[in-house]
Amino acid sequence: MSTVIEVNCATGQVTERELTAEENAQREADAVAAAEVQAAVDAEQAAKDAARESAVAKLALLGLSDVEIAALVGN
Amino acid sequence: MATYELIETITLGSNAASVTFSDIPQTYTDLKIVISVRSTYASTSGILWLRFNGDSGVNYPFRRLEGSGSAVSSNAATAGQIGIGRTTGSTATANTFSNTEVYIPNYTGSTYKSVSSTAASENNAVAAQITATAGLWNNTSAITSLSVLDGESSNLVTNSSFSLYGIKKA
Repeated sequence: MSTVIEVNCATGQVTERELTAEENAQREADAVAAAEVQAAVDAEQAAKDAARESAVAKLALLGLSDVEIAALVGN
Repeated sequence: MATYELIETITLGSNAASVTFSDIPQTYTDLKIVISVRSTYASTSGILWLRFNGDSGVNYPFRRLEGSGSAVSSNAATAGQIGIGRTTGSTATANTFSNTEVYIPNYTGSTYKSVSSTAASENNAVAAQITATAGLWNNTSAITSLSVLDGESSNLVTNSSFSLYGIKKA
């Protein structure tokens, strides 16, 4: 069982206790929600990467050199 | 002349899932948190979260810019917490800890609360993360407590440290 630490800034008292069942459930829900958010972020990034690769390939077909493409879109 | 005062600091004596500073004095202008952490998460680095007043609702939009040493990325999300930075994970170089600094201006005001942070995970190898984050807590309440959480459902390890500072205008 994980613990949580609470520091009361008014009194300076430090409390260490185990997570309650409710907090454990919240933690598990947080993990699921965070994974969903991260999956959406990863999918967006993958789409951007794929679009970039496609654009670079099309620029190469137009006759631009690697140096010229890098000047346009970065390395 | 502005003042910069340590409100509270804690160094973990054993592993913990989160650290909360409660009953934060309402007498400062801004808050700053300085964090040094390592996680039990089985990777080179994980996510570090921040919440205010125990609010786990989806009220925290944020934007993040990251560099890993081999790639850069930027992303945006709205979640039940702000991802303020990175932890150093258990597979990173032993005894290294990440660094995170968080700034929260006007934390007692009645507007939504803005947050900015910079962070670096540590790893004596190629892969390490540096992160800049801008976020918001969509709530007009004054911040009276804040929690720093391991965002991977793992634990922050012994010797991780957390310092909360208050800043007053002249």
